[in-house]
Amino acid sequence: MSANLRVKSSEYIDETHRVSFKFNGKTYYGFKGDTLASALLANDVHLVGRSFKYHRPRGIMTAGSEEPNAIVQVNDKTNRTEPNVRATEVEIYEGLEASSQNCWPNVNFDIGGINNLISPFLPAGFYYKTFMWPASFWEKYEFFIRHSAGLGKSPSEKDPDIYDHRNIHCDVLVVGAGISGILAAKNAAKNNFKTLLIDEKNELGGATIYQNKEFNKIDNQSSSDWIKKEINGLKNISNLEIKTRTSVAAYHGYNYLLARENLTDHLENKDKDNKVRQRLLKIRAKKVILATGALERPLIFNNNDRPGIMLSTAVKKYADFFGVKCGKKNVFFTNNDSAYESALCLYNKGIKVDAIIDIRNNSNSKIVKAVKQVGIQIYWSHTVVDTNGYRRLNNISIMKLSNDGMTVTGNRINISCDCLGVAGGWTPAVHLFTQSGGKLKFDEDNNLFLPNKYPSDQISVGSCNGNFNLNEIMKELSIKLKEFLKINQTDFDNIVIESEEETSKRNIWLLPSDKAIGKTKPFVDYQNDATAKDIKLALREGFRSIEHVKRYTTTGMGTDQGKLGNMHALGIIADTAGVKMGELGTTTFRPPYTPLTFGTIVGRNVGEFFDVFRRTAMNNWHIENKAEFENVGQWKRGWYYPINGETMHQAVQRESKAARESAGILDASTLGKIDIQGSDASEFLNRVYTNAWSKLAIGKCRYGLMLNEDGMVYDDGVTTRLGENHYLMTTTTGGAANVLGKLEDYLQTEWPELDVYLTSVTDHYATASVCGPNSKKILKKIIPDLDLSDENFPHMSFKEAKINNIKCRVMRISFTGEHSYEVNIQASFGKALWEKCIEAGKEFNITPYGTETMHLLRAEKGFIIVGQDTDGTMTPIDLQMDWIVSKKKYDFIGKRSLYRSDTMREDRKQLVGLLTDDPNIILEEGAQIVSELNQNPIQMLGHITSSYFSPNLNKSIALAVVRGGKDMMGKKLFIPMEDKTISVTVANPVFFDEENKRLNA
Amino acid sequence: MFVINCPYCGERDQQEFKAGGEAHIERPKQPTELSDDEWAEYLFMRKNIKGVQFERWNHAHGCRKWFNMVRDTSNDEIKLVYKMGEKPPLE
Repeated sequence: MSANLRVKSSEYIDETHRVSFKFNGKTYYGFKGDTLASALLANDVHLVGRSFKYHRPRGIMTAGSEEPNAIVQVNDKTNRTEPNVRATEVEIYEGLEASSQNCWPNVNFDIGGINNLISPFLPAGFYYKTFMWPASFWEKYEFFIRHSAGLGKSPSEKDPDIYDHRNIHCDVLVVGAGISGILAAKNAAKNNFKTLLIDEKNELGGATIYQNKEFNKIDNQSSSDWIKKEINGLKNISNLEIKTRTSVAAYHGYNYLLARENLTDHLENKDKDNKVRQRLLKIRAKKVILATGALERPLIFNNNDRPGIMLSTAVKKYADFFGVKCGKKNVFFTNNDSAYESALCLYNKGIKVDAIIDIRNNSNSKIVKAVKQVGIQIYWSHTVVDTNGYRRLNNISIMKLSNDGMTVTGNRINISCDCLGVAGGWTPAVHLFTQSGGKLKFDEDNNLFLPNKYPSDQISVGSCNGNFNLNEIMKELSIKLKEFLKINQTDFDNIVIESEEETSKRNIWLLPSDKAIGKTKPFVDYQNDATAKDIKLALREGFRSIEHVKRYTTTGMGTDQGKLGNMHALGIIADTAGVKMGELGTTTFRPPYTPLTFGTIVGRNVGEFFDVFRRTAMNNWHIENKAEFENVGQWKRGWYYPINGETMHQAVQRESKAARESAGILDASTLGKIDIQGSDASEFLNRVYTNAWSKLAIGKCRYGLMLNEDGMVYDDGVTTRLGENHYLMTTTTGGAANVLGKLEDYLQTEWPELDVYLTSVTDHYATASVCGPNSKKILKKIIPDLDLSDENFPHMSFKEAKINNIKCRVMRISFTGEHSYEVNIQASFGKALWEKCIEAGKEFNITPYGTETMHLLRAEKGFIIVGQDTDGTMTPIDLQMDWIVSKKKYDFIGKRSLYRSDTMREDRKQLVGLLTDDPNIILEEGAQIVSELNQNPIQMLGHITSSYFSPNLNKSIALAVVRGGKDMMGKKLFIPMEDKTISVTVANPVFFDEENKRLNA
Repeated sequence: MFVINCPYCGERDQQEFKAGGEAHIERPKQPTELSDDEWAEYLFMRKNIKGVQFERWNHAHGCRKWFNMVRDTSNDEIKLVYKMGEKPPLE
């Protein structure tokens, strides 16, 4: 490494602890405490990436999370790789590998750099304008655009890390641990507020911790020494929790904040295993104090993006905090005093500063005088008009500014330098404040957007509130804290502060050059390569709203969301359009403040935990017997049970035949079950189902259809009357929770006078459904003392019984059209019941069947499945189920809607059966149905909802919804497919055993 | 994310609740007496106010009770919660 770029040892860098890491395949060394950015700078590496659009070489600009350029891929080609990481935030560790993004074949020679040369042809909106036509070419364009675009690569392997969520409740949350945040947190905690202090860095103290020693003094000590003592004092405060390496991502209403705590990213790879990598903190705070500080602004001038051009405070931080000098020949370019502070700090560390270019006419503040005294040349009223050096800055050209700041005069002066620190003033970090719903006001004198109206119990303090003078910050903080926390005093009310006062300012959003604007590249958004020229073009083309200009030019739309340049974009728009910035407003600040990993967002909800799976009591039997599973709602249901490598079709054909010829068994445990009790239970059922319930005898079952208030079919199922005031309702598997919710809603809000209680018992019972001509014999073996005669136990009735002293409920109901029984037993005995049925049914070749066979068997009978044959637009009349709609009942949910003009239309889509002319062709579910083939445009009449090959009928059958289908019996229709047209005939949807003889077979 | 003061359970996080649309739309007692237009008014028409709105909420992952809420939709301020069946405040 080039040791000569390290300056006086820094107390924050452990020079006894050398760390090796790789960047773009080359090994470098840094020290413990370095960020990737500081370690690279110490190795004289400035060029770290290429820009998004023009592929211009880019270097490190900042020392914080606002970095737009130095974004890298970390640990590429491993399962821990992460794209778009800011090199300024990565703490180096032994074995770290990082690489540049958006360049090919490498960062030093990048083919895409050609875009820079042809940039006159790549104006704002280039993609929108060029790739619009012809539309059919889009796919070809897309290939090249996708190939050359993109920032980094997403990982291709499973993330090995663990992520976590944690809820935190606190009285006071303080965001930002600079001097304001530390004092706020300390005073809150000492006054018995349960306090949480969060900072994104690994060290507390913000910028004060490495503050220039001479010009900011507190109680006669340097402010950095004073803050260190304060930080030490925090350790002993019991109700103060401190989270470092934690970035607040979002600030929502009601003081609900999300923060990402980074726990292992700074550790060596071998130490990362089995630890929580990142934790999402879900914070609910009674009060929030934002002390998020301010971000230094760049200056917008021609070619302001070369590697070596950095923010002036970043140059200072790398020298002061990391002990790294960013250049051998340093120059500063400024519109305020902060560059002087940086220059002086460099000078004190023995780093040469050749010049300061200041756009102001003069300043006589103490710090400027100090800089003059040490002999650094200052060019007043000058601006940088151009910079040179492709991969690294090597010189700049400056010229004198005109009085109005619009043009430059005189001759160019060339200054050789390899690092230019720019200081364009400060932007308060109001991101979180506005996310919370806060409204900003514009301070015309200082060109700042500042917090104005607070939407919740919160305050902004320090420089994020537009205050940049230490003395004033402390005075304001004391007053604000007392009012906000309702305390009488703070422990810093009486400290004595000596701080630097700025005496003159000048602001020019877009600095002029001696070249025409069209020939310059003054970058406003570095990451997205948007220049001042692009913004002016957008305005010329008629864009006025700041939100539109943003989207057209992509200014502020990178991963950094334009933290550096957004203010300049606004300023340039305001200047060009001749409006005031306050009237222009800002674009919306959206969460997250810095990007979050998907892992942080989902926490533990990955893989199987992504959604909850529900499994029946018989589930293990299904697994042991090699069932294929289907997800139905959250349930895992047996789909079919292949034997000897059968395909699904083969298995389903076998299962279906067995169920009709001898015996089949289905796990029906997943059907929703609602226990309904109360003296008004019968009346309640009358109101929620379309058919009548009052006369249902105890011990009998009835099928019911439930509508929405709009008359559309919502759910169906069999309900059994267990006692005078006691019913058991079953619902569809997927609809159970919604049905219960809907019934509760009506009970609580519309009919509170009804004495009815609802309880979900879905999980409490396991259900085995045994069907087929031999089902009676099987049941006889399981429950010998139950009288199964048709007289005692007819179809649609219920009996209580016992199997080995275990109570069970047996319903004789059928969804297949076969003689069948549903046995309900306490869920813990579900598997035992199932195995007993299988054992007893062995001699009858009892065949377990899954949902696919169930669907086929019911389709043979023309029974609907809500959600498959209905889609929320089907009334019972459309389903040709008029028989279930009571004409006598005065009212039920949805009744009135059945008489609306729209629901009474004759040409609504209606459920019909379809038979293919060729019985071997199986129609595709979802296929469209037409009656005329030569129409143009062809009129779609409806679509197939269910389609199967029936082994019991030895032909293909289908259910479909067809416009006016009721009156089309026997009519020929067509299904146009990609390769052929299939002709079909409309038929009765009941294909099998129309007389229901088999129910009592 | 609101903090909602359930009238039965007290303050809970919004994620325990489900919004249920506009409040105080009573189901007509005699639907068959209504014209198509009157029935459509009940069935479909909702106000969606910017400002103070009366809403139904359900403590779905809690006591499962429905209740009413007065909320300013422009700033999400919850002004009042009250039980089903209670009269809405006049102001």
